[in-house]
Amino acid sequence: MSLKLITGNVWKYGDNINTDVIFPGKYTYTVSDPLQMPQHALEDLDPDFARQVKPGDIIVAGRNWGCGSSREQAVTCLKQSGVAAILAVSFARIYYRNCLNAALPALVSVDAVRRLNQGDAVEIDLEAGSLKYPGGELAFSPIPDSVRMIFDAGGLIEYTRRRLSSTAE
Amino acid sequence: MGMTFAEKALARAAGHKSSRAGEIVIAQPDVALSHDNSAAIIGLFREMGGTRLFDPERNVIVLDHATPAPTTLHAENHRQIREFVAEQDIDHFYDVGRGICHQVLVEEGLALPGELVLGADSHTPHAGTMGAFGAGIGRSEMASVWALGELWLRVPESIKIELHGELKPGVTSKDIALYVVGKLGADGALYQSVEWHGEALAALSVGQRSTLPNMMAEAGAKNSYVVPDEMTLGYLSGRARRPFEPLLPDTDCGYAQILSIEAGSIEPMIACPHTVDNVKPLSELVGTRIQQAFLGTCTNGRLEDLAAAAEVLQGHKLPAGVRMIVIPASSEVYLQALQTGLLEVFVQAGAMVESPGCGPCMGNHMGVPGVGEVTISSANRNFRGRMGTKESEIYLASPQVVAASALAGEISDPGEFLR
Repeated sequence: MSLKLITGNVWKYGDNINTDVIFPGKYTYTVSDPLQMPQHALEDLDPDFARQVKPGDIIVAGRNWGCGSSREQAVTCLKQSGVAAILAVSFARIYYRNCLNAALPALVSVDAVRRLNQGDAVEIDLEAGSLKYPGGELAFSPIPDSVRMIFDAGGLIEYTRRRLSSTAE
Repeated sequence: MGMTFAEKALARAAGHKSSRAGEIVIAQPDVALSHDNSAAIIGLFREMGGTRLFDPERNVIVLDHATPAPTTLHAENHRQIREFVAEQDIDHFYDVGRGICHQVLVEEGLALPGELVLGADSHTPHAGTMGAFGAGIGRSEMASVWALGELWLRVPESIKIELHGELKPGVTSKDIALYVVGKLGADGALYQSVEWHGEALAALSVGQRSTLPNMMAEAGAKNSYVVPDEMTLGYLSGRARRPFEPLLPDTDCGYAQILSIEAGSIEPMIACPHTVDNVKPLSELVGTRIQQAFLGTCTNGRLEDLAAAAEVLQGHKLPAGVRMIVIPASSEVYLQALQTGLLEVFVQAGAMVESPGCGPCMGNHMGVPGVGEVTISSANRNFRGRMGTKESEIYLASPQVVAASALAGEISDPGEFLR
């Protein structure tokens, strides 16, 4: 997969945002169609988000984004909403893995949450590990090489499909 | 330098002699645990082109999240899973009513010292109760594990917690867990392995110990481990499904952090809305009004927990305006509570006893709060909206504090009812 530029606007949140407010637990067995998930995205955190998010927008957050449950819908609902990347000071570990597996860039940046503001127009170059914003430019850690093949395959489903078909041949 | 438990366990699972924190290994899990989310995992498995499980003997499926099914949607979810279980010859399948997956894994002798348990649930560190390496993963990853039998894992750094001395009367492992989560913070153990050591552990039963690794997920831990001892081995005797080899950390291994805690200095603790690390001593919260009390979950739904609550409730009645829901963590716990008369105490006190499972913990059914209501719960999470509506509050506490608060209609010290 070629790594394209991401352009969009910033949705900014704080520390320790948990999966219950990203995608409420009560929907985990009643909303199973990925296309239905965006309407509940960040439902208990920011009711404006689901109504106003646009493809290419990014989320910028503080520490431990996505803590709590292992529910993958907390990534799927954002990906399906058009969110193109999440930059956080740190990610909860299962959430980080779920992002990688969905090929949604989860980028570690200590500076992003300090320097960017809600609504800022940004341009991200994943390959270069850089982000341009109205006030300047900042760098972030690229996706680690050791797990990059999953991201490059377009996610874990495709990655596993390729592995399975190569062993079958 | 020697190896931590995590370094040994992931080296073993990857087929290596050794491993170091920070290294990425390809590990083969001994157990792949999933629950009601198995239906979604089946869909992903098929999407990946999966036809046969890598090794059905490693699969454990326990239906627990919404059991018995509250709606047709949930029932259909369960039905799809049963069909898949039959198709793939999965032996370790536990249908609705058996209990919560983490507790069932321990009771069935499937969480074994030294082994790697991967679970599609964030509380999989619970398996560390038996000295296993338990880590939560996502649904797609579980589908990939079903297909390939392996997964990449980063070997975590380790935090050692030394628990010295002995607990004061009325203080439980739940209070220790809340104290530690409060001290570390919600990301204080992020990506790390939390090892539990010290003589205060020896005084705790297997059931009481379970609360410790279970709750380390709330500090961001990858896994958590209780050093296996005679009690662990005694519990496993007659239960363990396979031969196993306990792994102990080397005395000269490297820790990122060592926390030394004097058990006698810990008081009853409560996690306040809306985060688990918002922990305060019980004494500061006495008098907070509650409408609902929930005793159960993988955190505190075992026999010891029910017995401690029943001791408080014995001979008392819930006041008007307070409801209490009791859900044993498993059918084994349910039966023991029935045989020892605990269930009678609950019903006599005016509480409801429901069938084993997760119940209202994540807002599915069996006692979700109303708008503006306050719940005191023995569970592990109190996030906004967790139990169904964001317009409600959840306080987390030990079983005896939950029981005492139910009797008073406000957060209370169990001592008030034990005299």
